[in-house]
Amino acid sequence: MTRFSERGAVARPLLIGIAVVVLIAVAFGLWLVLGPGPMDFAGGKRVSLASTSGAGPTGVPAELASASLIERGQYLTRAADCLACHTKEGGEPFAGGRPFVLPFGTMYSTNITPDKKTGIGDYSDAEFLRAVHNGIARDGTRLYPAMPYASYTYMTDADALAIKAYLFSLQPVDSPRPTNTLSFPFNQRWLMGMWSAFFNPDKRFEQNTERSAEWNRGAYLAEAMAHCGECHTPRNLAFSLDNRRKFAGEKQAGWMAYNISTDKETGIGDWKPEELAHYIGSGHAAGHGTADGPMGEAVEYSLRYLTPGDLSALTAYVISVPPVKAKDQPPVKNSPAPDDHNMGVEAAIDPRGKEIYEGACVSCHGWSGLSPVLDYANLTGARAVNDPTATNVVQIMLSGTTRDSAHGSLYMPDFGSAYSDTEVAAVANYITARFGSSPSNLTAANVADLRKENAK
Amino acid sequence: MTRSTAAEPADPARRTVLKAGAAAGGALLVGFYLPVGQGAQRQAPAGAQAKRFEPNAFIRIDRQGVVTLVMPQVEMGQGIYTAIAMILAEELDAAFDRVVLEAAPPNDKLYGNPTFGIQVTGNSNSVRAFWLPLRKAGASARTMLVEAAAKVWNTNPAACKAEQGEVIHTASGKKLSYGALVDRASALTPPKDPPLKAVSDFKLVGQPMKRVDTPDKVNGKLQYSIDVMPPGVKFATLAICPEFGGQVGSVDDTKAKTLPGVRQVVVLDDLVAVVGDHMWAAKQGLAALKIRWTSGPHATVDSNEVWKQLRAASEQEGAVAKSVGDAARGLSQGERFDADYELPFLAHATMEPLNCTVHVRPDSCEVWVGSQVLSRAHDIAAKVTGLPPEKVLIHNQLIGGGFGRRLEVDYVEKAVRIAQKVDGPVKVVWSREEDIQHDVYRPVYRDRLAATLSDGKIIGWRHRITGSSVIARWIPPAFQKGIDIDAVDSAIDVPYDIPNLQIEYVRNEPPGVPTGFWRGVGPNNNVFAIESFVDELAKKAGKDPVAFRHAMLNNTPRLKAALERAASKAGWGDPLPARNGGRTGRGVGVQGAFGSYIATVAEVEVDAAGEVHVHRIVSAVDTGIVVNPDTVIAQLQGGLIFGVTAALYGEITIDKGRVRQSNFHDYRMLRIDQTPVIEVHLVPSGEAPGGIGETGTTAGPPALRNAIFAATGVALRRLPIDRELLAGKKAAT
Amino acid sequence: MITLRINGEDRSVDAPGDMPLLWVLRDLIGLTGTKFGCGIAQCGACTVHLDGKPVRSCVLPVSAVGNRSITTIEGIGATPAGAQVQKAWLELEVVQCGYCQSGQIMSATALLNAKPQPSDDDINAAMAGNICRCGTYVRIRDAIKRASGAKA
Repeated sequence: MTRFSERGAVARPLLIGIAVVVLIAVAFGLWLVLGPGPMDFAGGKRVSLASTSGAGPTGVPAELASASLIERGQYLTRAADCLACHTKEGGEPFAGGRPFVLPFGTMYSTNITPDKKTGIGDYSDAEFLRAVHNGIARDGTRLYPAMPYASYTYMTDADALAIKAYLFSLQPVDSPRPTNTLSFPFNQRWLMGMWSAFFNPDKRFEQNTERSAEWNRGAYLAEAMAHCGECHTPRNLAFSLDNRRKFAGEKQAGWMAYNISTDKETGIGDWKPEELAHYIGSGHAAGHGTADGPMGEAVEYSLRYLTPGDLSALTAYVISVPPVKAKDQPPVKNSPAPDDHNMGVEAAIDPRGKEIYEGACVSCHGWSGLSPVLDYANLTGARAVNDPTATNVVQIMLSGTTRDSAHGSLYMPDFGSAYSDTEVAAVANYITARFGSSPSNLTAANVADLRKENAK
Repeated sequence: MTRSTAAEPADPARRTVLKAGAAAGGALLVGFYLPVGQGAQRQAPAGAQAKRFEPNAFIRIDRQGVVTLVMPQVEMGQGIYTAIAMILAEELDAAFDRVVLEAAPPNDKLYGNPTFGIQVTGNSNSVRAFWLPLRKAGASARTMLVEAAAKVWNTNPAACKAEQGEVIHTASGKKLSYGALVDRASALTPPKDPPLKAVSDFKLVGQPMKRVDTPDKVNGKLQYSIDVMPPGVKFATLAICPEFGGQVGSVDDTKAKTLPGVRQVVVLDDLVAVVGDHMWAAKQGLAALKIRWTSGPHATVDSNEVWKQLRAASEQEGAVAKSVGDAARGLSQGERFDADYELPFLAHATMEPLNCTVHVRPDSCEVWVGSQVLSRAHDIAAKVTGLPPEKVLIHNQLIGGGFGRRLEVDYVEKAVRIAQKVDGPVKVVWSREEDIQHDVYRPVYRDRLAATLSDGKIIGWRHRITGSSVIARWIPPAFQKGIDIDAVDSAIDVPYDIPNLQIEYVRNEPPGVPTGFWRGVGPNNNVFAIESFVDELAKKAGKDPVAFRHAMLNNTPRLKAALERAASKAGWGDPLPARNGGRTGRGVGVQGAFGSYIATVAEVEVDAAGEVHVHRIVSAVDTGIVVNPDTVIAQLQGGLIFGVTAALYGEITIDKGRVRQSNFHDYRMLRIDQTPVIEVHLVPSGEAPGGIGETGTTAGPPALRNAIFAATGVALRRLPIDRELLAGKKAAT
Repeated sequence: MITLRINGEDRSVDAPGDMPLLWVLRDLIGLTGTKFGCGIAQCGACTVHLDGKPVRSCVLPVSAVGNRSITTIEGIGATPAGAQVQKAWLELEVVQCGYCQSGQIMSATALLNAKPQPSDDDINAAMAGNICRCGTYVRIRDAIKRASGAKA
């Protein structure tokens, strides 16, 4: 039949085609796998810690030199920010169950209290290290890289075991993890073994001998502990970090983790180091807005506990990262909007945005974007209001925030349940138009999507 | 603490008079006592108590001529102090500018609302209920004063007249002030049936009087109950179990007790309170507590379940509240239509959050509160403390918003229980979150209507109301034969000429959710359902909504006249101005409720997203004789906004036994930039005064809903309005 | 101790820095004209002026007041615009329950100080943050216009 004859005719080109595709795939795979590591940008000679002497970049800062193992473990647990992911809203600390909503289902964090049945009470030291460094649970199942073991793998055994000691000092909580609802093939945990083989460097932190001690401490804190890149570095098709664009910004769990490379326009290149340190340590820096969402949590549960020395080190490391321009992010507008409500926004903007803003928002955020209450509520200069996707503007409206400040705990209510998607979109478009450099043009459908991504 | 004085009213004329009054009274009485509890009454200043003329419970005149009028109803913004004072002063012929007002002490016998028999301010009936008793009280006192003066002059009372606090001998022009007549008048027996003034002789009633309570409300001087500061007062705030019916399990107060200013943690069965040196300490302390609650039987209740039960109950036949003609036969003739309407739970959200200050001593209890039910507040404090009633002293304060919430005494009861554990006076202030989540909610209702049309008129009608009975809980003897008289109010007296009708009531209590009166009470759901349904019937009949109604109002001429007036003032039938390309429409609603007859026309624009912009509301009302026209207009303006707010946004939902809403960010209020132009027209009337406090609240939603119907063709059957339905994003169910 | 300048007088209070000005005014100083409504800057009942600008005192930590001078409802009548507003409020009988009116008057006075002849849009922009449950908005608008000298 025709079919047979045609088959013979196309066989050769088909084979060639397949070969080309395979070749491209392999090349691409190699390109992915052979991408730079998180600290490769710094160049220089790296040596293993064992070969260094004196106070190395790992462990706890000098202030805690004589602290107990559990106290040191607590400091490191905070530095590694275990709490944020391993606690659900309203739940017991470290008892897990926090949902992570992904396009292909929802996964839940695990209970890391020392409960023997539902927690990690039965973990030996070796088993704990294998989980932290290799992403393998006690029973041998593979962890998803939502657990940042590709970062934690740089943690020293001693530090990881100090964390374990701290966790084991907590009250066990009986709290089984809800079942993940991932779809095929993402529910195939064994695949994570392959992923790890390619993308988990599985090596401990190495000191860069051509960089200062402070830089090395900062690198350890950023990469092995705080795992900044897990949110701020874009991911490639294989869901591993694309360190060719290190810290260039990425969307995570429905929120934008903005560019924290030293690009002057779209990153933190024009921030003073002390501003950056203040932002990291308190979630706020004058003229640069206030951290909310996952970064707000990172500050609340982790970064604010860093000692001043560690904060400086972390800052020194972050500002050593080369500039990368963020895609689709404009330069930040640093000047306030006019005080007069009549000025500053073109008439074409949906009037509902202004109507809601003047009723529900202006009391704290002002017409100029400079808060009449506290500069923590300033919108002027914040990345979120300059983001043409208005992602974080929408998210904070939907879910609200609570932020500790020098003046106590500050609060913004969650408007998500009583304001419609249309209304939230209108307000977001108004806010970005009034206070930012690049207005958003969100629709109700965009807001509906963002709602789903940030389900609690 | 129990009095405040209007030292500097901004109205210069009144200020002069007040100063004159103060001079006349020497050092004693300055201006208005606002408000005054029985404590102050007992310690009347020296010089004033020597001898006074007290012809009845409402009027006291001392020798200096100071006229004290006792307010049996509570001022919560509705202007009732002014209206009552006007009615009393009218018949008494007192100089209105020089009267002193005093809040009545708890005493059902003397000050009970004639409609309810107890001291309650609600159901828009203060003027209605007290109109005649107060006029008689004033006229009686005036008659006695005139008689006393006639005796002095040795003449016939008919030769004398009263005016501005004096009795005048008409022929000679001789005058005697009321103060000078105190002794002689006191010796007289009050007349049984004192002659009342003719309406045409009214000098005060019907005039737009300045409100007596407002000067101190614009300068921060007026003391609400949240402002009272008895010496040594401590501040408390509370957390009630967030699940209906739940209890306190355990409380870890380790951290709270370390906070500066935190004094005490009070743990009771159903709530936890933190007492501090100021509200901030109490709030911080409460936030620092680790409370484990124990679930009760309602821990799984949610809105779906509530609606499921209500809908199931509404399928049953109800108790018949009214029957005219033969409804079954009427409904079997002509073309039949059926529609069901549903209304949500609503919170009151008074601007002044719930609060109550209590000082419990071993042998007495003192309470500062703003209550719509003074005697009940008194009784509950006595009951909780076990003290004899005379040992419980209540200082009722002017109220920062009642709307029915302060017809309950749960917040008094809780405050007294907390105060029992505290040494000294304690002010218990609810956070807004507690206030919203532990309200006594306007019940969910389902109204099922059926009607038949013949020749464009309704010939058969059935209205079945299903919902919680607030009456059965609140005033049980009034719940008779399965009928809640409030829940069927303005359904049993549907204003249209319908030959065959039946009104039924099915009681269905939502599981675990407490229900209570809410501004507009029973007529809220009934007027909404009836007027929505009538609009749909008009459309089926191919008639104009105004003309359709007008033709059926022959037996309710006052409402018919109001409808004509509203339609004309609103420009019914005129083209609407085009607005932003949205769909525009005009809707009408009428009601006879609370003794008032009102017709309302609303103009709306509905945009593509289903958002409703209300541009104009025109109401015409016949509320009988108007005491203070400006107050009537103000109450209608405010009432309409209250109703429209609920129609646009109001809904309390339940999830896992808890209320989901908590504050104004998720229980939304209409704001000034969304407020329509509102025009209120008073239809002159010589009938007895009607109620006005709730009239606008029930009038707003149906007119709004019908305007949306006109604009979009979408027949909304539930409130609050469903924007997705109006945006065409989903179909009506 | 924190020293605050309130209605032209210096007042020293012993308050924790994170204590909102609202409670300092009400519970420590006894100026109860400023009202608690929501605690989250959504209703405006607690509005005071800091250097003439309207601020929600329920969310303003007292430590953030600094040297700014505070005016409350008790003191606003001593300012020309405040007195005008209060007068217009009574002339047009704006008030019902009155609980929100301290905040309304503070917002309205700040508006008139910034814009002596406000348009309807200006009134919306300045007053939409103040909720009135009694629904006195219609008269608030008219009274602001009256106070501004415009026909209302």
